[in-house]
Amino acid sequence: MEINVTHRQGDFCVDAAFGGSESGVTALFGPSGAGKTSLINMVAGLMRPDAGRISVNGLCLFDSSRRIDLPPEKRRIGYVFQDGRLLPHLSVRANLTYGMRRTPADHRFVAFDDVVELLGIGHLLNRRPAKLSGGEKQRVAIGRALLTSPALLLMDEPLASLDGSRKAEVLPFIMRLSREYAIPILYVSHIMDEILNLADRLVIMDRGHVAAFGDLDDLLSKAELQMHLGKEDYGSVISTVVDEPLDASGLTRLRFDEHLLKVPPMPAGRGAPIRVRISARNVAVALQAPSVTSFQNIFPGKVDQIIDQGESYVDLRLNIGCFLWARITRQSFLDLNLKTGQPVFALIKSVAVSSGAVNDVVNERKTQRI
Amino acid sequence: MHFWQLTDVEIQALWLSLWVSGWAVAISLPIGILVAWVLARLRFPGKNLLDGLVHLPLVLPPVVTGYLLLVLLGRNGLIGAALHKYSGVVLAFNWKGAVLAAAVMSFPLLVRAVRLSLESVDQGLEAAARTLGAGPLRVFFTVTLPLMVPGIITGLILAFARSLGEFGATITFVSNIRGQTQTLPLALYTLTQVPDGEIGAMRLCVLSVLIAMAALVCSEMLARRFAARMKG
Repeated sequence: MEINVTHRQGDFCVDAAFGGSESGVTALFGPSGAGKTSLINMVAGLMRPDAGRISVNGLCLFDSSRRIDLPPEKRRIGYVFQDGRLLPHLSVRANLTYGMRRTPADHRFVAFDDVVELLGIGHLLNRRPAKLSGGEKQRVAIGRALLTSPALLLMDEPLASLDGSRKAEVLPFIMRLSREYAIPILYVSHIMDEILNLADRLVIMDRGHVAAFGDLDDLLSKAELQMHLGKEDYGSVISTVVDEPLDASGLTRLRFDEHLLKVPPMPAGRGAPIRVRISARNVAVALQAPSVTSFQNIFPGKVDQIIDQGESYVDLRLNIGCFLWARITRQSFLDLNLKTGQPVFALIKSVAVSSGAVNDVVNERKTQRI
Repeated sequence: MHFWQLTDVEIQALWLSLWVSGWAVAISLPIGILVAWVLARLRFPGKNLLDGLVHLPLVLPPVVTGYLLLVLLGRNGLIGAALHKYSGVVLAFNWKGAVLAAAVMSFPLLVRAVRLSLESVDQGLEAAARTLGAGPLRVFFTVTLPLMVPGIITGLILAFARSLGEFGATITFVSNIRGQTQTLPLALYTLTQVPDGEIGAMRLCVLSVLIAMAALVCSEMLARRFAARMKG
């Protein structure tokens, strides 16, 4: 996958370039108005770049220097829109088969019955879109795009129009997509939680430009990228594997580097990769190892970097073998008299476990105090 | 003679009216959809001129429109002469001319209704259909056109009613020839001009009301069926 485009509309200019492998989920992350949707509209062929080159799976879709500009219907790209965009005059079944029937038989590798079963929409086939709930609509929209057997699946904030419980209804299906079908997905979102659940790679966009792209875990630990992630999403992402699904204390033990991290019990087999996210606000710092404490996860390390932006809090990057962000109040910072390189203990209050690698996807995204 | 017994003249006028209006609507519908699409979706120099031209029959006195048709399409008219020479078609003073007059007069109403419904079609749906592998023409016939149905129904009924009632342009362009161009309104007018014509005029008046009502009911039923279909 190679995307390199420029497009100017009024004062706003999208000038983005990134490459990627032909599998897995690449998340396009950035605040509203960063040009994420414009970018994938250009990939889909719904918007024409001023210049650049787009190629997917070895097929050149757009190349201004060679005057190539395939129309959307020739690009073999599935698009799941934020608002679903089911055809209101057709039944769910007809919506699902609309694109499938236009895909040459020898290009089809996604079977109708499989998709219907995967998305759990078998009971909806004869209904009209007007009779569906928001979550059902999005599942049908995903199925419709999938059934064109696309070379690339674009998803533009497919969960944005849904409320919390509907989100939880659709997310697991998206998580299974990338595993069940070897279709690369370009997933647009401004919600870090969704991205942590889904993505392998991350493209951070800011004001029309690619601020960074690369492996998700690598990117999220970089200090210079934290400003793009917004205040709420400030934290560390750590890749772990399950060391012990259920230990003597009734918790699941995860291993990373030389450390063991205890989290609420989760249904996952030993050795399964789990991605955890630890919000900076949930990490406390102590100078001595507390002898009696309710904290289950205490790691020795040292202060690696201090970021003081003159606000009521101070951000610390701790090195505990890997990097861990902690956000403490300015008062605590002064009381502890912290310096770079100083040995400290990191106390983790809670862990958000979120990863596409958990078997029972419905039980994911738990954030609990331990 | 019984009050409800239609005379031959009246029966002829009734069938001619339905025939002329039916043809007028059938011919102007595809052209109307095309023009509505061009006006709603394309940007080109002279678009306002086209828009004005389409709407001209709505604002001009019908007699003026009829006279213009006669000048242009009469047997010695600019276009009419060429038409006769190359295709042998004569429009002046026969039912085909009446169809043309009715079509021209009802065209703006049709285009307005169709254009309104076209503008309300979400272009995002068309974009979605494109990404599903349908080319522009297929998108038009499988997405745009089906979603325009309510506007097309409204346009059809307005155009049909306008065609039925067409008087000024018709009488100017193709005159008032019994069995050829004497539609219902023309027959009614003729009856009011002769002694003892009141009863016939009244019958035609009642007939007109009945046809109009039937057309309205029909369109209402179609619109309801469409709405029910969309709700699933």
